[in-house]
Amino acid sequence: MYIDSVRNGMVIDHISAGYGMKLYDLLGLDDQDVSVAIIKNVSSRKMGKKDIIKIDADIPISLDVIGYVDPGATVNIIKNGELVEKKAMALPAELCNVLRCKNPRCITSTEQELPHIFRLTDPEHKVYRCVWCETKAE
Amino acid sequence: MRSLIDILDLSVAEIEELMDLAEDIIAHPDAYAHRLAGKKLATLFFEPSTRTRMSFEAAMYELGGNVISMSSAASSSASKGESVADTVKTVSCYADIIAMRHPKEGAALVASKNASVPVINAGDGGHCHPTQTLADLLTIKREKGGFSNLTVGLCGDLKFGRTVHSLIQALARYEGVRFVLISPEELKVPSYVKRDVLACRGIPYEQTTDLGSALPSLDILYMTRVQRERFFNEEDYLRLKDRYVLTPEKLKDAKPDLSIMHPLPRVNEISVAIDEDKRACYFKQVKYGKYMRMALILKLLKEAEDVH
Repeated sequence: MYIDSVRNGMVIDHISAGYGMKLYDLLGLDDQDVSVAIIKNVSSRKMGKKDIIKIDADIPISLDVIGYVDPGATVNIIKNGELVEKKAMALPAELCNVLRCKNPRCITSTEQELPHIFRLTDPEHKVYRCVWCETKAE
Repeated sequence: MRSLIDILDLSVAEIEELMDLAEDIIAHPDAYAHRLAGKKLATLFFEPSTRTRMSFEAAMYELGGNVISMSSAASSSASKGESVADTVKTVSCYADIIAMRHPKEGAALVASKNASVPVINAGDGGHCHPTQTLADLLTIKREKGGFSNLTVGLCGDLKFGRTVHSLIQALARYEGVRFVLISPEELKVPSYVKRDVLACRGIPYEQTTDLGSALPSLDILYMTRVQRERFFNEEDYLRLKDRYVLTPEKLKDAKPDLSIMHPLPRVNEISVAIDEDKRACYFKQVKYGKYMRMALILKLLKEAEDVH
């Protein structure tokens, strides 16, 4: 399978197999008018299989979202066809307007302008809780 | 601006300081009778309440302050769609401190982030009710002399009961406390409370559906009401509401120095015949709640003045 190299943009590599589409959705890439390639189930010596997302445009991307979906992913920043930076991801301490609180008793269910903020409360089990009502993110 | 949203906003030392202040108020009420002359407390109750609201109002009056309030949520601008943020920004212009109850979880935190005066959470849905916990702690301290090495039974709605979660969190910070969690399967303590508060600190607890078998080991029995307003399904409420009713017969095997507590209001979970039993503490809890609210209002207003 042949996919053009990225000239200016990023390559999100080492995404756990099966998480590529979820990441594509949460990053809002569907709404962007840029070239994006999602490559699924690529053979990987380290991971067995992995997904890769290539974005051939210099657009703002939330690293927090990538860290939340797959803290093992890496982000390669490409400029003029050259790798200029390689970033390792980690679980972000806080997520703002990435997840929505599902608790019908939460204040965010009635006050629409409030941001949906989730805080990492248990890194070992990857548990995020709504800062307003403390409900666990699903 | 310091507010009180969750009981864990207060350190153990600060809770001790509040209890000492409450004890001093009980011993020398005249010394505090004019302490807050010229200050105003706004009570914003978006959900029905009798004792908590009156307790806050009585507390402010006994400190020489005044109270402003709205008559009900239906008559407030919230019914016109005003946000919590806008409401408290407005009320901050009128009052020196706010006590707020709201049916939505997290509403008090939203209020504290937008008010320019201290906010006291007087209950936000099924989430937190820290001043009830302060009342509970002073009751336990006065009845038992302290908090260490107590076996505390919590009975009834342990799922939606906000007072239960706050009390577990507060007591878990003391040495040697053991919990017996008595509830129907459907109303068990949420797993995150058991894992994040009890299990992770190695605090012993057992769960049971049988109040009778648990009673003999208890130093404190904290009864709770199954709250109709927390159910989306009326059938579930009706099925569970009469599950535990404490009667004099059931108390036969209990310790002679057991302390029976309840955040009130009760429906029928404690028989009125128990009111005369010297082990019943729930009306003392009401009284102590007022003194702890007095101590809290004093502390928060003093800290707010120190900031300005």
